[in-house]
Amino acid sequence: MSRIDVNVDGIGRSDEVEPRLLLVHYLREKLGLVGTPIGCDTSNCGACTVLLDGRSVKSCSILAVQADGAEITTIQGLANGSWHPVQTAFKECHGLQCGYCTPGMVLSAVDLLTENPDPTDAEIREGLEGNLCRCTGYQNIVKSVHHAAGLMHESAEVAK
Amino acid sequence: MTDIQERPAADGSVTTGVVTNPAIGQSVRRKEDARLLTGTTNWTDNIQLPGALHMVFVRSPHAHARITRVDLTAARSMPGVVAAYSAADLGEANPKIICVWPVTDDIVMPEFPALATDEVRHVGDCVAVVLATDRYLAADAAEAVEVDYETLPAVIDMEAALADGAPLVHADKGTNKCYSMSYPCGDWDKAVAEADVVVKRRFVNQRLIPSAMEPRAVVAAPMGGFGDMTLWTSTQIPHVLRVLLSLTTGVPEHKLRVVAPDVGGGFGAKLQMYREEQLSVVIAGKLGRPVKWTETRTENMVATHHGRDQIQYLQIAAKSDGTLLGLKVDLIANMGAYLQIITPGIPLLGQFMFNGIYKMDAYHFGCTSVFTTTTPTDAYRGAGRPEATFGIERMMDELAAELSIDPMELRKKNWIRHEDFPFTTIAGMTYDTGNYEAATARAMELFDYDGLRAEQRRRRESGDPVQLGIGISTFTEMCGLAPSRVLRDLKYAAGGWEHCTIRMLPTGTVELVTGTSPHGQGHATAWSQIAADQLGVGVDDVTVIFSDTGMAPYGMDTYGSRSLAVGGQAIVKAADAVLAKARQIAAHLLEASADDLEFLDGSFRVKGDPEQAKTIQAVAWEAFTAHNLPDGMDPTLFGASTVDPDGFSFPHGTHLCAMEVDTETGKATIRKYVAVDDVGVQVNPMIVEGQIHGGLAQGIAQALWEGAHYDEDGNLTTASLADYLLPTAMDVPEYVTDRTITPSTTHPLGTKGVGEAGTIASTPAVVNAVVDAIRHLGVQDVLMPCTPQTVWRALQAASSAAASNQGGAA
Repeated sequence: MSRIDVNVDGIGRSDEVEPRLLLVHYLREKLGLVGTPIGCDTSNCGACTVLLDGRSVKSCSILAVQADGAEITTIQGLANGSWHPVQTAFKECHGLQCGYCTPGMVLSAVDLLTENPDPTDAEIREGLEGNLCRCTGYQNIVKSVHHAAGLMHESAEVAK
Repeated sequence: MTDIQERPAADGSVTTGVVTNPAIGQSVRRKEDARLLTGTTNWTDNIQLPGALHMVFVRSPHAHARITRVDLTAARSMPGVVAAYSAADLGEANPKIICVWPVTDDIVMPEFPALATDEVRHVGDCVAVVLATDRYLAADAAEAVEVDYETLPAVIDMEAALADGAPLVHADKGTNKCYSMSYPCGDWDKAVAEADVVVKRRFVNQRLIPSAMEPRAVVAAPMGGFGDMTLWTSTQIPHVLRVLLSLTTGVPEHKLRVVAPDVGGGFGAKLQMYREEQLSVVIAGKLGRPVKWTETRTENMVATHHGRDQIQYLQIAAKSDGTLLGLKVDLIANMGAYLQIITPGIPLLGQFMFNGIYKMDAYHFGCTSVFTTTTPTDAYRGAGRPEATFGIERMMDELAAELSIDPMELRKKNWIRHEDFPFTTIAGMTYDTGNYEAATARAMELFDYDGLRAEQRRRRESGDPVQLGIGISTFTEMCGLAPSRVLRDLKYAAGGWEHCTIRMLPTGTVELVTGTSPHGQGHATAWSQIAADQLGVGVDDVTVIFSDTGMAPYGMDTYGSRSLAVGGQAIVKAADAVLAKARQIAAHLLEASADDLEFLDGSFRVKGDPEQAKTIQAVAWEAFTAHNLPDGMDPTLFGASTVDPDGFSFPHGTHLCAMEVDTETGKATIRKYVAVDDVGVQVNPMIVEGQIHGGLAQGIAQALWEGAHYDEDGNLTTASLADYLLPTAMDVPEYVTDRTITPSTTHPLGTKGVGEAGTIASTPAVVNAVVDAIRHLGVQDVLMPCTPQTVWRALQAASSAAASNQGGAA
């Protein structure tokens, strides 16, 4: 067993974990943070994406011990008092249906917009290539990310 | 757009509720989304019950083998292991999967035990199950289970499996044939005799893996509540499943509660009773503690049913002017190793649809189905109708090419005209409404059909290495499965009704209990919109209860685009029942005759004296207190309805695809995709649009990317998402969509179904476009998926054939 210290959604956690424990199983089964789902076992689908020190990672493809010392944001910690603009935009633009890919899709979109606040359609599609959705056909997801970019620009303007 | 009132319901009315500003027709944002967007979800795998054991299954690595030894000794001694079972350990308690659709009297129905007894018949077949206190420990112990196999010949190719002397999947049955049936309509021989041309083709509609993003999961708990056993499972059919589980596990129906919590997509693959569901119930009962299983994606690829997988021999007979005379369809359909609940019926859902939207005097449908040592097939989005639509729409393009007629002109010449409705087809279905002209005109306008045809000519003339093709699909499909007596005649074991109960709560808000079971379709929102308009309340004042046999006891669940088509009718009728009682109460309170009241915007008003009014909320309170009800009237205000539909509905549309094909690399790239669908009245256009988009992605994916492949030893070589190519955001095109609205006459709201339309329509449009791009190079067909390799091979085969023809001439 190895000790890890992590901050998950703003709360400090300290746990003894098996070295083979995947981060996603640590989140779901040890911490009960079941908002992060698992869609595959080959790191293709991206449903389990979380932010690790602000960057999107597939939490099924790293071990809990590798996250030692990190700050992790899951879909359950993304809303900080009010919804993140990406969450608002996904609802407004019908960027989800069954919702299973949604946590990963939203967090990947957050990372994408951090990197590139004003992406083109092609850049959004490329940026989300690691996240599979079986319901939406992606068009409304692309629209959602554009809408989120607009909302983030607006709130940046207000902040000025 | 067709006038919404053009074809009203049979009784002359189009019910849209008695409200000034209807919610129906508005893109109301979904109630479901807040939870889903914040991770406040209830997927089955999220359920963590104290003391639950994790199940891990030991699955066959062989396509076909005799089990000579199963030794669980080592596994049972591993840390955390509580129990381990083989078929022998379970004995009589080993459940069997049953098929509820024996489509012919002489169908071969092999035994399908949950844990294999003597033979395994596909990779992924279940041999043993291990239960441990932790997911990882259970997986470790499953690794320690020792199974000895004596391999038997794999049976993979459908046509080889039907040949004399083929190795048998089920030796005791003496044949690999499951059933043969035929459905002759009109005189095919006469059609051939009168025809100037008979075009023959063999198409392969390849095997697909449904791939809902949420893998399956079950939690079975022998605990109090609504029954002695509660099963949470990622299913589309909690109600049907409860009946089937009680018939096959020994748990009486009244002691079993089935709950489908949040379900992450289904696409037909969760329209099933699976062995893991049966075994979880049996083992939880045996051990007296909760058990849990969550499918890995790798398991999903081999253990969740597959879809499609047909070989189609098609013949179409026509006059030289393009007049259709007849169609002959001979299918070979792959059942896989066993029959799941409706496996044999899937190809027959195409039986009434191969003729599509066209008039003809002869139609002959035949189907032979076959067992192979592969994962069982069953419903996948469209289920039988995509295969049929692919067949007819591909054949219309082939016939057009043979006759050198524009493929759209050929369709226009033969389709059912708007003024012909209602129209009984050669296959015996009565299409209630349709306006193929309107949908096609709009699609051609959005597509710039003439402009793209001109560009295609230019590119052909200049010998551009990147050629342009145009693909058409003018499709219809049938929704609203189904009138129960029709299902009886098709030998289906159950009915096709749907239920709704609407309860007015004392404070005036509404509970709507539906028997549909959504898994991404937005019923909580759309059903609220319908109830809001019927009752004159706010959309947010309605809550929708579903997917729990303890809370929503009656239902036939969600599949086949039936939820709105059938379930929507039950909502309207349940609301009518609420209003009928409410009107009596209001009349009593207002000291008026019930006939003198009008109901508008949620209030009963005395005609001519609108100040004299009672809101429905006030009536609900009176029904609760029961202080002042009409003599003899029972307290409380609710209405219930169970509707057996009296007909199907027939969504239709015109899809157009422009495809660029690089003749040097074989790469096919969609340049433009236009879909104009007619799904009747739209309750929530935003949700409709989403359903069309998602359907398009799956249908286009069948044409271009997806295909389950077995090697000759029966190994599934596409058994992960790294090998089975689900499309990403990078792959799919931007869809151009629009709708025409021709109300259904079989539904009080004029709605049809929409869940499968995009998938059904798009596959042939895309393949027609690929073939059209390279037909002038001698290509008549490209096998799906039309990858660069299959396109390139088709081009090479055509050019070799041309070369050898020239060689022969010289």
